[in-house]
Amino acid sequence: MIVGVIREIRDRPKRDPAWLARVFWIGVGLVLLWPLLVATEFRPLALFDAQSRESTRRFLSAMLPPATNGEFLWLVLREAWRTVAIATAGIALALLVAIPATLLSVRVLSVSALSGRMAPAAFACRQLIRWALILLRSIPELIWALVFVRVVGLGPTSGVLAIALTYGGMLGKVYGEILESGDSHVALTLLRNGSGRLQTFLYGVLPQNAAELTSYTVYRWECAIRSSVVLGFVGAGGLGQQLDSSMKMFAGAEVCTMLLVFVALVGFADYVSSWLRRQLG
Amino acid sequence: MSRPPPPPAANPVYRLPPPLFNARCWACWFSLVLIALVGVSFVSLDLQWSAFLSAEAARSMGRFIGEFFPPDVSSGFLTKVLKGTVETLAMSALGTVLAAVAGLVLALPASRLHAGDAAWLRSPARLLLNALRSIPELVWAALLLISAGLGPFAGTLALACHTSGVLGRLYAEAIENAPPGPGFALRAQGIGGIRVFLYATLPQVLPQLVSYTLYRWENNIRAAAVLGVVGAGGLGQLLAFHMGLFHMNKTATILGAMVLLVVLVDALSYGLRRVMTR
Amino acid sequence: MRLELERIEARHPAARPESPAALSIQALTLAAGEQVAVIGPSGAGKTTLLEVAAGAIRPKAGEVRLDGQDPWALGSRGQQRLRGRLFLAPQVPPLPPRQRVVTAVLAGRLPAMSLWSSLRSLFYPVDIPAAHAALEAFDLGDKLFERVDRLSGGERQRVGLARGLLTPASLWLIDEPLSSLDPSRARQALGSLVEVARARGITLLVTLHQVDAALANFSRIVGLRDGTMAFDLPVGEVTNDHLKRLYAQFEDELIPALGGSATAEPTLPGAERPTVSVAPPAMHCR
Repeated sequence: MIVGVIREIRDRPKRDPAWLARVFWIGVGLVLLWPLLVATEFRPLALFDAQSRESTRRFLSAMLPPATNGEFLWLVLREAWRTVAIATAGIALALLVAIPATLLSVRVLSVSALSGRMAPAAFACRQLIRWALILLRSIPELIWALVFVRVVGLGPTSGVLAIALTYGGMLGKVYGEILESGDSHVALTLLRNGSGRLQTFLYGVLPQNAAELTSYTVYRWECAIRSSVVLGFVGAGGLGQQLDSSMKMFAGAEVCTMLLVFVALVGFADYVSSWLRRQLG
Repeated sequence: MSRPPPPPAANPVYRLPPPLFNARCWACWFSLVLIALVGVSFVSLDLQWSAFLSAEAARSMGRFIGEFFPPDVSSGFLTKVLKGTVETLAMSALGTVLAAVAGLVLALPASRLHAGDAAWLRSPARLLLNALRSIPELVWAALLLISAGLGPFAGTLALACHTSGVLGRLYAEAIENAPPGPGFALRAQGIGGIRVFLYATLPQVLPQLVSYTLYRWENNIRAAAVLGVVGAGGLGQLLAFHMGLFHMNKTATILGAMVLLVVLVDALSYGLRRVMTR
Repeated sequence: MRLELERIEARHPAARPESPAALSIQALTLAAGEQVAVIGPSGAGKTTLLEVAAGAIRPKAGEVRLDGQDPWALGSRGQQRLRGRLFLAPQVPPLPPRQRVVTAVLAGRLPAMSLWSSLRSLFYPVDIPAAHAALEAFDLGDKLFERVDRLSGGERQRVGLARGLLTPASLWLIDEPLSSLDPSRARQALGSLVEVARARGITLLVTLHQVDAALANFSRIVGLRDGTMAFDLPVGEVTNDHLKRLYAQFEDELIPALGGSATAEPTLPGAERPTVSVAPPAMHCR
């Protein structure tokens, strides 16, 4: 019994073994933070010095009241619709790229991976498609838009194509990640019992992840609306082009109206997105 | 002649509840509206497919691409590109970190923490997050240049402002979707909101939050690269300068650096996500 | 803590308003320090009973009193203080998967910790020896710094019970503590629970499927069926007849946990097999 008590006292833990590791990683984080602050010329106090305050005050007072004359509002609404149309068309084309790419690149639909290691050919094929998606994603859509504007001329076509390529890559990659991070038990069981890959996708993978996939797609549609505004700065039409010209003319009131229209637009897209998630789940 | 009522069954007859039926109908309607929207978009935009797919267009594109080669790799220019790369990387990283902190702070009032939570601040907080999120980084940068001056500081703040709206919303949704069991047990013991969040909700959603943040970093590196177009520093400023002067081979180098940077951050983010969610 | 339930009508929070009440109790009183087991088939409302007693579900009618106080009549501060004096252990262990066992167990003590020590405990657990002692009571001492999702289902269930040992509670409401445990572990776990509760004078209300375990460890048994109380008797007065009627049409759920085959009838300790067989209740077949 004495031996038991002594062993118990010796075994009783006193220190948290994870403590040192935590302190180390916090230290690493702080050490990495300093060069970041230096490289970005991070000077928060500069926001509050006299010159900044003066120019901020002047700009904010020029923004209010926002421009509300009928002709301008009609122009803004028309351009807003064109922006949404560019984004919608772009996403529609992006889906044509993303859906097949996802189906071909996810591990969860791999038959050869059922027994442990994936076959090398299947693995290579999947990696290739993943790299293609990454490449499509890496090139900012502004660059694509610049190239297409040179070829097709100013107008929405370049915007639509730029969004289609970039967002195709983005959607494909994230769809793959969503499908792989979800619970794969259902899909594996179906594949093990002999279902085809498309069947497994429709019966096992899609129902579980449909809500997340749809919500991500609608979220990306909102992003596409913002992208199409940015592309407007290089001539792809829509609200962005209008905003660019207003900013160059320092028309603060017009800028304010357009910003308010943005926020309303994205708010509407958000409402649609949450309505959809409720319907799906 | 009326039949006697049938004797009650030992077990009730199984019936499908009505709402499931409704949902299928809604899905049909929604798909229809979606297809209509896409169709109207294509039609109303007056897209110049012929101009894009013609031989003339292909030749023009070929000529344009030809101007990019050979890219300028002189050591002096490469040093400038390296400095721009470091600046862009720092902008994206710091902007994302600031946004993660601000997003978490805003996500707490913006989410319904449990089924009985009144969450008075939910609508205003969500409105604020939406406002932050709606305005693209480029526009934020153009606005913040007024207060912060030219250079990467404005870019960092612009990224932080926009991304805090995005991350705040994603965090709030993750928090709302967290499994309620652990929180329920702690609340049954009378433990208050912030401690329930730290002990029950956050441990469950942290991998997701980290994953969203790292994923946003991947997006922000592309945004940071382009922000320089309005004067917010980094590779974008260099790109706008040289593209304006039609120095296409220098532009090619900068584009190459951008793609490499994006791929690097992509790989880093993926690796970190793998490590942290093991 | 003294627990009183009077004329309770309660529904599950997600149920439709016109659905029948999940729980309908005329009267149930537990004196301070008393230990009661609730048995009954699935869907009898055992979980709803515990949640109503814990003040987690507001009953549609009737009154709950904890030490004479109705939690629903108090303001939110008073409610939280009252809740801090009880412990509800749900059937599914409420442990965040990626949390370590030490933090998960110490979370039980949160009602007694200040905000600052709660925050500090996240970075460095404040009372490792106490957590270790609580886990040792359930034979889990070596899992102190493991992650919860690396434990088996039975181990997680025991960690959920160990959390209760660290609470400042004087009322324990435990839902199916033995569902994932094998017979020897179940014996040990229930034994620890009952012993600690008795030593500290804690009122204990446990729901069980394992009727043998209930009969062997508790002095008072409540039978619940279809949301109503079938009986509320000292263990000596519970007959096989009572059990048969309670579990009619659910005989497959009678689990002898402390040994014996699955088909054996649960017998009262020391009782003899009845020589007269009871006729089965009349069943209507279509």
